[in-house]
Amino acid sequence: MEIKDFIEHFAEQFDDTDISVFSAETRFRDLEEWSSLIALSIIAMVDEEYDVILKGDDIKAATTIVDLFNIVKTKM
Amino acid sequence: MYNPFSLEGKNILITGASSGIGQETAIQCSKMGANVIITARNEERLKETLSMLNGVSNKMVLAELTNQEELENLVEHIEYIDGLVLCAGKGMTSPFPFSTREKYDEIFNVNFFAPVELLRLLVKKKKLQKCSSVVFVSSIGGNVSFSLGNGVYGASKAAIDSTMKFCARELAPKKIRVNTVNPGMVNTKLIQGGAISDEQYKLDMEKYPLKRYGEPQDIAYGIIYLLSDASAWVTGHSLVIDGGVTI
Ligand SMILES: NC(=O)c1ccc[n+]([C@@H]2O[C@H](COP(=O)([O-])OP(=O)(O)OC[C@H]3O[C@@H](n4cnc5c(N)ncnc54)[C@H](OP(=O)(O)O)[C@@H]3O)[C@@H](O)[C@H]2O)c1
Repeated sequence: MEIKDFIEHFAEQFDDTDISVFSAETRFRDLEEWSSLIALSIIAMVDEEYDVILKGDDIKAATTIVDLFNIVKTKM
Repeated sequence: MYNPFSLEGKNILITGASSGIGQETAIQCSKMGANVIITARNEERLKETLSMLNGVSNKMVLAELTNQEELENLVEHIEYIDGLVLCAGKGMTSPFPFSTREKYDEIFNVNFFAPVELLRLLVKKKKLQKCSSVVFVSSIGGNVSFSLGNGVYGASKAAIDSTMKFCARELAPKKIRVNTVNPGMVNTKLIQGGAISDEQYKLDMEKYPLKRYGEPQDIAYGIIYLLSDASAWVTGHSLVIDGGVTI
């Protein structure tokens, strides 16, 4: 699993936020477009792409995209 | 003692009885005098339910309800019943773009096809007595509430409510009543550890006018009403039990 792909998949869940905004250090909850539906989409994306089942509390525990990436890695 | 809600002497089959709402319903029905037949897949937890029941005429049958052979075997074990509670089910959170056919199948197999096929077999084989009562455990989800990411689950429950109404009309000549209970959020393992965080649950709970989620017995008592002769003139009805959240 590459962080670059992970960021891309992460960014795909957004419609109005420019892809250039997303980096490993992006504090995703601060993004204007962030919503509970996007949180659910991230969980579903991780299941589909990485076969990892995240919990709502895992999303809560992460601040940046790389935080979440690391959580996913520990569950693989 | 005078009690129009009594289930004394009624034989009642309850699916999903190894946990949550089904388990509590089995316990409460046995306390109301019913002979209960309980079913689920997990032997240990089902035995535990059996040990919690009142009376000596209760029994358990293990069955994977999505498997036709096991469904038929369950029906073979039943002589006749006066009440049926179709409670086995599972949840899923999946935003629409991720809701593949596979996910719909997974949920519909358990939540829709299994209970409907079980009811069909029991009707076809005439195992439901005259004046018996069928209760589907549906949900407010998909019927009166449409929360984000709940579409696959909700569609399975909407299909249940629709089928319930068709059955209510078609089975009325046999004097079989068919209804649903439609719970809001109930504290069982179905809602634990999923895509919704504890923090989100706490916020959600605040939306309930009665300021709490339901407990399994809140639903069991509604089911008992629909199973009892107190509801003899009630059929085709969706009984919402939700702490007022859909007002
Ligand atoms: N909790 C809620 O907030 C809520 C709200 C609205 C509606 N409901 C509905 O209430 C019903 C009961 O849910 P619950 O909250 O009590 O959940 P639960 O504690 O998870 O219980 C589900 C039951 O279904 C059985 N089951 C699941 N898949 C099965 C299968 N393939 N074959 C046979 N049995 C199966 C399980 O037994 P085994 O694992 O032993 O097989 C268990 O006894 C469900 O239909 C659910 O949709 C729940």
